[in-house]
Amino acid sequence: MESKAREYAIIDNYLCIKMPTEVDHHKAAGIRECADRMILDDKVKNIVFDFEDTTFMDSSGLGIIIGRYRKISCFGGKVYAVNTNERITRLLTTSGMTSIIEVVS
Amino acid sequence: MEENRINEIKLEFEAVSENEALARVVAAAFIAGLNVTVDELEDVKTAVSEAVTNAIIHGYKECGGTVVMNAVLKKESADTYLLTVEICDTGVGIEDVEKAMQPMFTTGLEHERSGMGFSFMEAFMDKVRVVSSPNMGTVVHMEKRLKVYDERQ
Repeated sequence: MESKAREYAIIDNYLCIKMPTEVDHHKAAGIRECADRMILDDKVKNIVFDFEDTTFMDSSGLGIIIGRYRKISCFGGKVYAVNTNERITRLLTTSGMTSIIEVVS
Repeated sequence: MEENRINEIKLEFEAVSENEALARVVAAAFIAGLNVTVDELEDVKTAVSEAVTNAIIHGYKECGGTVVMNAVLKKESADTYLLTVEICDTGVGIEDVEKAMQPMFTTGLEHERSGMGFSFMEAFMDKVRVVSSPNMGTVVHMEKRLKVYDERQ
């Protein structure tokens, strides 16, 4: 949160969220709070999760994505995951997340 | 069996979310001496993270308590090791284990849990067994067979 500007950026109507190195339950609350504040404040339509720095993710990451999807999908918004490494791509695919997000590697 | 036992650790820690990373890093360090693949290492880390997160969120309802991780490494053959990890809590327990282990089942909707914790454990470990009783606690017992590529390294 100290470098919020770098981690959360709005480009057009896309909220880009730079995910941390390790995405787990401990990190989830902070990401959720920041993302939801920006979704409310800035009339964001779509969300891009950027996994460039992420080397670890457990099912808490899926919870973050599902929760944000629920918030924006009713307004026609879309959710994307970008810069995912091989393992995270596989996690998202095998868990069925690709039915609600588009993975752009 | 006894002569095959090669290593064993016990880690006891407070049920706070900061320790999720601690537990999975310790589990990874425990097997890091073997020449396992990065994927196997990540599998173990993910499964441990899921079980510990469950203990903190569901077992102790995020009000703290003690989580114990037991890990045992046994040599099975020249190039195969059996890793056993147990994550134990003395929290509220699970009433219906079978139901709790179903994919997408969650009692943590308000916390935006995905309900995929046990599915991840089962996907990344060879065996997952859960023993739980209400108000007594839960033990998640996981096993994974690790293939070592070059023992002498």
